[in-house]
Amino acid sequence: MVTIELVFYYLGAKENRIPLFIISFLMGFQMSLNKIILFCVVCTSILSGCSSTEEKKQGLLNGADADASTSGYSDGSLLGGEEFGDNANVDALGLGPEFRDPNNPLSKGIIYFRYDSSQIKPEFVEVVAAHSEYLKNHPSRNVILEGHADERGSREYNIALGEQRAKSIARMMKIQGVNSRQLEIVSYGEEKPASDGMDETAWQLNRRVEVVYQGK
Amino acid sequence: MYIFLRTILLVSLIGFYAPSSLAKLTIKITKGIEGTVPVAIVPFGWQGPAMKAPLDLATIINADLDSSGVFKTLSRRDMLTTPTKADQIRFRNWQALGQEYMVIGKVNEVSQDQYQIQFQLFNVYKGQQHLGYRFTTSKQNLRKAAHSISDKIYEKLTGKKGIFSSRIAYITTTALAKKQKLYELIIADADGSRPRRITASKEPLMSPAWSPDGKKIAYVSFENKRSAIYIQTLSNKKRIKVASYPRINGAPSFSPDGTRLALTLSKDGSPDIYILNLIDKSLFKLTKSFGIDTEPSWSPDGKTIIYTSDRGGKPQLYTISSSGGQSRRVTFDGDYNARGQFSPDGKSIAMVHANNGDYRIAVMDMASRSIDVLTAGRYDEAPSFSPNGEMILYASKKGRQHVLSAISIDGRMQRNLAFNKGEVREPAWSP
Repeated sequence: MVTIELVFYYLGAKENRIPLFIISFLMGFQMSLNKIILFCVVCTSILSGCSSTEEKKQGLLNGADADASTSGYSDGSLLGGEEFGDNANVDALGLGPEFRDPNNPLSKGIIYFRYDSSQIKPEFVEVVAAHSEYLKNHPSRNVILEGHADERGSREYNIALGEQRAKSIARMMKIQGVNSRQLEIVSYGEEKPASDGMDETAWQLNRRVEVVYQGK
Repeated sequence: MYIFLRTILLVSLIGFYAPSSLAKLTIKITKGIEGTVPVAIVPFGWQGPAMKAPLDLATIINADLDSSGVFKTLSRRDMLTTPTKADQIRFRNWQALGQEYMVIGKVNEVSQDQYQIQFQLFNVYKGQQHLGYRFTTSKQNLRKAAHSISDKIYEKLTGKKGIFSSRIAYITTTALAKKQKLYELIIADADGSRPRRITASKEPLMSPAWSPDGKKIAYVSFENKRSAIYIQTLSNKKRIKVASYPRINGAPSFSPDGTRLALTLSKDGSPDIYILNLIDKSLFKLTKSFGIDTEPSWSPDGKTIIYTSDRGGKPQLYTISSSGGQSRRVTFDGDYNARGQFSPDGKSIAMVHANNGDYRIAVMDMASRSIDVLTAGRYDEAPSFSPNGEMILYASKKGRQHVLSAISIDGRMQRNLAFNKGEVREPAWSP
């Protein structure tokens, strides 16, 4: 079996990103070629508006067959930087260029929540609406809404909380006309944090729903 | 095909992480008081072809009694003699060393892999035997035998059941390449020895729960990218999938008679408590709130279930009859009370209790409804009573490291269970 690992490095702003293809033959299992696992590592750096500190971001999102794990996204609105690139699976899944345009809300695939809350904050309504619009126009596209919580409190409660968050997004999307068949909800609670930190900055990043597009 | 591949991946992964690589657990008493009852565990005598016994039973018994917080054991260095028979004891010498009790014993290898163990417990002041046992066991069970001797001594001297033969289950996570993690469900003796892997996955494992006979474990696994609840028999590793409904399948808890499993499902909307009959497989929906209902736990008589609900806005504990009916809110103090668990006598509940952002372990007396906060951490969670109700095992954080701790319900004694690698969480003490 051949596993092709595609690694993209995006450095700096969108106009000077450099894609690098690294093809590696990883494992010796039998597997048909159409079951290729794509790993896209998107590294972006964002410049903070008020300082020159570089905040490196890493997103790992896999194609339909691989583990649906995502990690390491920094929310620009929290850090004073620019939001960009949380839909790292854009190229692997053949999603349109609008997902890479940082001015387009579709480029934001993560919705953040307040502590112990599953209410959608006003600043994310535009993001949800953009994904709803896209899903309505692309009825063959499906998404998994992955609910997450910060590490505080008990784990099963956090699983429930992550699900309530994902359901809030699903409910809004359905109101906006998305077919419920296109939406699936999974909650990981606190099991898959985006940030391993132990402060409010990290916890803010972990209280989230990730809109994970699936391969066609 | 895909599932087949995943199975191979999992199997090869498990094969790679051989049992020898399991994280080693050591216990340190971090708080409190030494015990107050002086007891001397004299090294056991040995008779057999080998130079010494395959296992030093007295050391294990000594460590068990030390860890209880009740006893103050005598160091071997301070023993003037090491009698192995009753008629060798000069009680006056042990009185002079301030001992109240002493234990002597011997191990004889009577035949191939057959060890006869004999031990006696004496009151040093009265010069009287309190306890005496003789039994035969195999080499493999010598450690078990030491723990059961500790249990007998503890029970005789305190009137409460010993917990040294009990076991603990917990989840460890180890970082793998590519930001992946290996989750392992482990069972070890209560002193951390003999860790054995029950299952492993690269996706989260959660919420281990013991069956009342200690022979099975229920747990949540995300191995198929969705949550599912499995019940695994420990002796033969056979497991059955008991719940894999859409969305949440979580928080399994066996009824005291082992015939039913309380669990959380969200297949019909919000997370609610259900009861699955393990014999006829029927499913009964117990709670029906619009908010989150989760983390069910049975009272020892099986009549009541305590669970977490945010129907009042914040997570608080509620009780409901296990046959259905009205729910009653039981916690009112604090911003956050979750994961309630009844004590073995049913008189109190342990919970995660948060005030001002600090998550701690508390115990509530069910009659007076007064809450005692036992721990002082910021991230304490997953309390689990010892089978005798004297200790609570819980997950905590030391710096960035996830650790397990045990605290006595009077808060006087605390121990840390430290692992040499990886993270550990979600402890569950066996019945």
